[in-house]
Amino acid sequence: MIRKEMIAMLLAGGQGSRLGVLTSKVAKPAIAFGGKYRIIDFPLSNCINSGVDTVGVLTQYQPLRLNTHIGIGIPWDLDRNIGGVSILPPYEKSTSSEWYTGTANAIYQNLEYMEYYNPEYVLILGGDHIYKMDYEVMLEFHKANNADITLATIPVPIEEASRFGIVITDDKKQIQEFEEKPKEPRSNLASMGIYIFKWEVLRDALIKLKDQPGCDFGKHIIPYCHEKGDRIFAYEYNGYWKDVGTLASYWKANMELIDLVPVFNLYEEFWKIYTKSEVIPPQYIAENAVAERSIIGEGAEIYGSVYNSVIGSGVTIQAGTVVRDSIIMNSTEIGENCTINKAIIAENVNIGNDVELGCGEEVPNKVKPDIYIEGLVTIGENSIIPSGVKVGKNTAISGHTTKDDYEEDLLASGESLIKAGER
Amino acid sequence: MRAIGIILAGGNSNKMQGLSDKRAIAAMPIAGGYRSIDFVLSNMSNSHIQKVGIFTQYNSKSLNEHLNSSKWWDFGRKQGGLFVFTPTITSDNSYWYRGTADAIAQNISFLKKSHEPYVVIASGDGIYKLDYNKVLEYHIEKKADITVVTKLMPESVDCSRFGCIHTDMNGRIEEFEEKPIVSTSNMISVGVYIVRRRQLIEFLEKAVSEERYDFVNDIIVRYKNLKKIYAYPLETYWNNIATVDAYYKTNMDFLKPDIRHYFFKEYPDVYSKVEDLPPAKYNQGSKVKNSLVSSGCIINGEVTNSILFKKAYIGNNCVIRNSIILNDVYIGDNAYIENCIVESRDTIRANTTYIGQKDKINVVIERNERYVL
Repeated sequence: MIRKEMIAMLLAGGQGSRLGVLTSKVAKPAIAFGGKYRIIDFPLSNCINSGVDTVGVLTQYQPLRLNTHIGIGIPWDLDRNIGGVSILPPYEKSTSSEWYTGTANAIYQNLEYMEYYNPEYVLILGGDHIYKMDYEVMLEFHKANNADITLATIPVPIEEASRFGIVITDDKKQIQEFEEKPKEPRSNLASMGIYIFKWEVLRDALIKLKDQPGCDFGKHIIPYCHEKGDRIFAYEYNGYWKDVGTLASYWKANMELIDLVPVFNLYEEFWKIYTKSEVIPPQYIAENAVAERSIIGEGAEIYGSVYNSVIGSGVTIQAGTVVRDSIIMNSTEIGENCTINKAIIAENVNIGNDVELGCGEEVPNKVKPDIYIEGLVTIGENSIIPSGVKVGKNTAISGHTTKDDYEEDLLASGESLIKAGER
Repeated sequence: MRAIGIILAGGNSNKMQGLSDKRAIAAMPIAGGYRSIDFVLSNMSNSHIQKVGIFTQYNSKSLNEHLNSSKWWDFGRKQGGLFVFTPTITSDNSYWYRGTADAIAQNISFLKKSHEPYVVIASGDGIYKLDYNKVLEYHIEKKADITVVTKLMPESVDCSRFGCIHTDMNGRIEEFEEKPIVSTSNMISVGVYIVRRRQLIEFLEKAVSEERYDFVNDIIVRYKNLKKIYAYPLETYWNNIATVDAYYKTNMDFLKPDIRHYFFKEYPDVYSKVEDLPPAKYNQGSKVKNSLVSSGCIINGEVTNSILFKKAYIGNNCVIRNSIILNDVYIGDNAYIENCIVESRDTIRANTTYIGQKDKINVVIERNERYVL
C-alpha cells in the first residue's frame, strides 16, 4: 500500500504577467535564471534535498517548456517507481471542464492525485521563488506544534510589509491574524506562499470551498481554516528568499549572484541546485575577449567583453561587443560591435551587428510604466533585432523586427515594439 | 544496429607520468568536461548499438564512478544496456585478465547469449566520432572476417607506439606490426574492429586454449594471412591519449575553433555524465584569453591558452599559461603555472611556481591538504 508522509504540490501555472515580454511564450517558472537554471529548479531541488520525493506540478499557462524541462524528473532524481514528479494540467471531467481558476482550485481539481499517495501532510509551493529551504525542518516544526497548517514566513523590512500578506503571531508562533497587503502593517512577518497542511484539513477545506470562484489559499482557504479554529503556525525562515515576479526583482536577483561571495551561493556543496543540463561542452573565452564580474553558462562563446552580467548556456557574443549589467539567456546570439547596457534578453534572440541597447535618457514606459522600469531593456524570446539600430531605456521588444520597425534606426526610451501575434 | 559493442578500457600506461596512477586511461578527463570513454560510448549510442560490454581492470574505480548510470549515454533501456566486466573469481579460475582477448574470453557468455550477428570492439582511449554502421557496411561489402579501422597519421608522428599497417590496393591488410621498433608505415590501427560474433567466439576459444591472450598479437596478427582482414580508413579527427604528450596535444586541440565545432556543434553529439555545477564565475580582476572553462570554476587571476576542467579555483594574481588544470583543483594566490598539467583534486599553494617546457610538459601532482574556501 502506498503511503507517503509528505507530498508536494507545486503551483507552476501562473503566467507572471509582471515579467512582460519574458513570459509571452513561457510560464514564469520556466524562465531561465542564473546562467543555466530555470526558476522552477529551486523549489524542485529543495524538494529532493528535503527528502520530498513525490511532487505534483500544476501547469496551465504555456506548459511546453516546463514539460520538456521536467520530463520524467531525471535531473532532480525525481524519476521514481512510486512517486516522483507528475505534471498535472487541467483536464476535462464528465460533469465539467474548467481551467484552474485559483491556487486552491487547482489543488482541489487534483484531489485524486493526492488521495492516491495517501499522505499525512501536503506541502503547497509556488514555482516562482529563488531560495534554498529544508522543508523537513518546517515539517518538524509543524509536528512539534501539532499544527493543522504551517505557513512559512520571512521577516521583511517594516516599510515594505504592505506589499505582502502579513501574519500576526503570539509568542508560541501561533497565528492570530492575517492581513493581506495591509496599509498599516502591525508586524513584519510576511507569508512566503509555502504551506504545510495536515492532509485531512486540506481536503476538508478544499471540498468545503469548492464552489468558491477563483478559490485561493491566501484569500479563502487560510481565512476559512482560521475562522473555524484550526491551529495555524508561522514557521520563521531567515535565509535568502526572493520573489522574482517583477523585472526589477528578477534582474536584481540575477545580479546578486555575481557578488564576490554571494549571499545566495550556488557554489555551496551541501544544498545543490539541480537542473536539466544538455550535453555540455565547456565555454570558450577567445583571445581578445574580456570576462569580468560575471557568471557564464556552459557552451557559451565569448569573443567580446562581458562585465557584471549573467550569461546563459550556449550564448555567443561576437568580437567588439560590450555587454554590461545584463542578463542574457540561453542560446542567444549577439553580433559584432554592439553595446548592451542593462538589458534582459530572453532565449534564442538574435541581435545583429552594431546594435546599441539601453541608450539615451530614462523616461517611463508609455504602455506599461509599472512593468518596464529601472531603465531596463527587455527583449522577448525568439526576437530578432536588426543590425545598426539603437534602443532606449524602459523599452520592450518582442518578435522578428526589421529595420522598418525602427524610425530613424531608433526605438526611443519608453517605447515598446511588440510585433503582431505577440503580446 | 546489428552489432553489440565491446569497449576495452582496462589499460594504464607508464607513459602518463603518474596521471594514470589513480585512473584508467579510458577515464582520463578530456576537453574540459568529458572523459575519454565518453567518445566511444557516444559513438556506440549514436550508432544505435544498444548492448555494450565494458572490460575494465586497471584502477577501475574512477571509471566505475563515471559509469554509475548508463542513462547519460542513453543506454538505460530495458533492451540492452551497459555491462561492466571486471575480473572475478569463478569456479574455473581466479586470474586477472591476462590480456584483451582473455578479458572477453573469460566472459564469453556475454557473446554467446547475444543474438546480434556482429561485434564492434573499440578501445576506450580514442578521441573521435565515427558511425560504426559505416564500418559494418564496409565490412559486409568486403566480405571481411575482421575489419580494422585505420588512420593515416602525419609523417611527423612517430607511429612506433601503434599498430602499423600495410594494405593492398583493395584495402586488405598485408602487414600488421604491433608497436614496431621502427615504424614502417604511417597507417595505424585506431583500435576499432568489427568481427562476426560467432567468428569472434571461435577466435577467442582457440586463442585461450593455446594460452594466447592478446587480441591484436594473438588474433589479428596471427590470422592476417589466413583470414580476410580489411582496413577501413578513418578520415576525420582521431587522436589517442596514452602518452602525456598526446594527452596534452589532444586537449589543446579543443582550443582550435574547427575542432571545437566538429565535436561540440556538429551532429551527432558527444554525451557525458552530467554533473550539477553552477556556471563559471569570473571575479573582478580575472583575465581569461583563448581558454576553455568548465562549469563550477571560479576565476580571479589570469588564464591564457589553457583548459580549466570542472570546479577549478584560480586565486588572485595567478598566472596560468598553456596549461591544463584538471577538475577540483584549488590554486592559491600568486601561483605561476606554465606548460603544465595539474592533476585533479590538487591544491597548489599560494606563491608557488611550476614551469614546464613546450616539448616537455610538466605533470604537477601536489598532495597538499585542500584549502578551505
